[in-house]
Amino acid sequence: MNITCNDWRHEFALKLAPENILLQEQNVSILTIQADAWQSASKTAITFNCRFAAIWAKEVNQNFQLNIPLELNGKYLLLRTEIPIAKPEIASWANIYPAANRPERHTHDMFGVIFLDHPDCKRWTRHQAWSETEYPLRKNFSPNNPAIEKETPPDVDYPFFKLDGSGVCEVPVGPVHAGIIEPGHFRFQIAGEDVLNLEERFGYVHKGIEKLSENMEIKSLIRLAGRVSGDSTVAYAWATCQACENAINIEPPKRALFIRAIMSERERVANHLGDIGAICNDVGFAFAYYQFSRLKELWLRLNAEIFQHRFMMDCITFGGVKQDLTTNDIGKMHQEIADFKQELIELFAIIENSESLQDRLKTTGILTQEIAEKIGAVGYVGRASNCDYDLRRDAPYLPYDELSIKVPIFQEGDVAARLKVRAKEIMVSLELINELLNTLPATELQFNYTGSFKNCEGIGLIEAWRGELLVYVSFDENGKIDRYYPRDPSWLNWPALEQLIHGNIVPDFPVCNKSINCSYSGHDL
Amino acid sequence: MLKLLKKICEVGIITEQFNLNDTTDIEFIGKSCRKLINKYFASSLAIRMVDAGSCNGCELEIQALNNPFYDIERFGIHFVASPRHADMLLVTGPVAKHMEAALKATYAAMPKSNLVVAVGNCGVNGGEFGVSYASLGAVSNIIPVDFTIEGCPPTPAKLLTGIMQAIGNRNV
Repeated sequence: MNITCNDWRHEFALKLAPENILLQEQNVSILTIQADAWQSASKTAITFNCRFAAIWAKEVNQNFQLNIPLELNGKYLLLRTEIPIAKPEIASWANIYPAANRPERHTHDMFGVIFLDHPDCKRWTRHQAWSETEYPLRKNFSPNNPAIEKETPPDVDYPFFKLDGSGVCEVPVGPVHAGIIEPGHFRFQIAGEDVLNLEERFGYVHKGIEKLSENMEIKSLIRLAGRVSGDSTVAYAWATCQACENAINIEPPKRALFIRAIMSERERVANHLGDIGAICNDVGFAFAYYQFSRLKELWLRLNAEIFQHRFMMDCITFGGVKQDLTTNDIGKMHQEIADFKQELIELFAIIENSESLQDRLKTTGILTQEIAEKIGAVGYVGRASNCDYDLRRDAPYLPYDELSIKVPIFQEGDVAARLKVRAKEIMVSLELINELLNTLPATELQFNYTGSFKNCEGIGLIEAWRGELLVYVSFDENGKIDRYYPRDPSWLNWPALEQLIHGNIVPDFPVCNKSINCSYSGHDL
Repeated sequence: MLKLLKKICEVGIITEQFNLNDTTDIEFIGKSCRKLINKYFASSLAIRMVDAGSCNGCELEIQALNNPFYDIERFGIHFVASPRHADMLLVTGPVAKHMEAALKATYAAMPKSNLVVAVGNCGVNGGEFGVSYASLGAVSNIIPVDFTIEGCPPTPAKLLTGIMQAIGNRNV
């Protein structure tokens, strides 16, 4: 036994106390256990009050390796076990951790792992593009199978939850939505205007990202990462680079890390600005929509001017960043932030004091702290329901370890609270960008690595604008990508929508949905 | 309320008169398209947008067409919720296999005299995702495409130009 942690993970390992324990320290400790201890591990995890962060599988020789990262007090422990491909059965965690429900079903659809006693083992990511007996992420599955000529039928017989009773109607919405947004399906059972039940059905924009990444060179992977979810392109590129950098134990130069953080905060501000306007617009307050979309446009234009791309796509490279900031760039950002602060104080006051708007936002779509904790909600969705967690402060990665981060928290858990968290986060980010610009270290921009990537693995963990983004990367014996699994924060936040809609009316669904604004593309992979 | 009105007055009208440095002048195209839209589309061109598998990058930029800087509605172009009301189908890709049926159904629900525009590198040629067990690549692999707008994602200015060129192309 090789234990190197002096926190809860040490106790956790002792409590589980199976043979063959191995703990290694990177940013995440790894605990390998026997497959038959998988279920008792879930019970131990819940008694420790750990948060379930993800589950993914990986083919290793004749086995499937299963991985579950747990988080407590900002420390991560990766539980790992192996099961034979010939008999791919393992205990489900979904009865104890609802957050495991969909990720386990995804793992089943992609690998054929059978989760015993799963409470709802319907297909999730799979629709009709491949058959029930094919598993795309197995190594013997050809990525080009089946041929393009074969038409894919719609997934019409998905077994939705049914509800009967006089006056109960069913409303199917999607996959193609009314607005300019991503596709997904929502199935409502309603009585009059009241929503009795909502069931989500996703997977429509499944593009085979995990399969596509197999055998890729690191450069192509980072390009692909920037396109998993376009609104979070900086976050994905950073987390993926961080995972690769951790795999071979290198650290990019400080100046590069600062520029990454500046871009990441700029991405956060852009998305928050757009969504605040859109939330207000969903309840008919067009003024805010026009004002905030104006500010977002100005913000994106400066991105384009400085980084040559409005969303800063492909600006982060393995070991560094693509380009430096000039004194002129820094001046422009400072000036913009000064202007924005003034305007935002003015605009937030108008939002706060508009009674007809607040009347629509307050008490709408309440996510209680109890449910938020149970489903493991992250990011602003969690923070509006008193789940006080932000990686930048609680599990700081470079360069946030040197900064003090204010984390806005609200208790109400309604749409108004989620809007307020984001408004406050914008102000925090503006301060952070100023601070990062003022203290920009004078170092290189790129760590030049000439070694190999053979047989190594790493995890990237950053606070994306939606919340915790976790990325796992492993390399094979040729230094090519063996497995890439990015877990978007939306995996944890989508179930919140099904819960917070209870007791609300159908016309408030758009504003409730916008207030959590999860990713479809990042979730469907 | 007064503060709100004050802000509206202070900001004023910020919609831009386009004079892009490249070869296409949106203001000019816009005006000539306005004539075509008046003539062929009863003064208004309705667009139905379908995300058939995009990463959401293109959607953000298409949404931006409605912001006060671009204000696409001034040219008589607006986005609608139903394909039955639409003259143009704007599709982003790559077309995920799981979206194939929905895209075809949307296309079939449109009036016959329609325009289909594929948006973004993925919609135009499959982009990063190409053709695989899950992706059908370019939009033109599924439905007939009249015009393409490249970019990853295309900027709002590029989208606006492309949409107008698509209209112009059709009736010239």
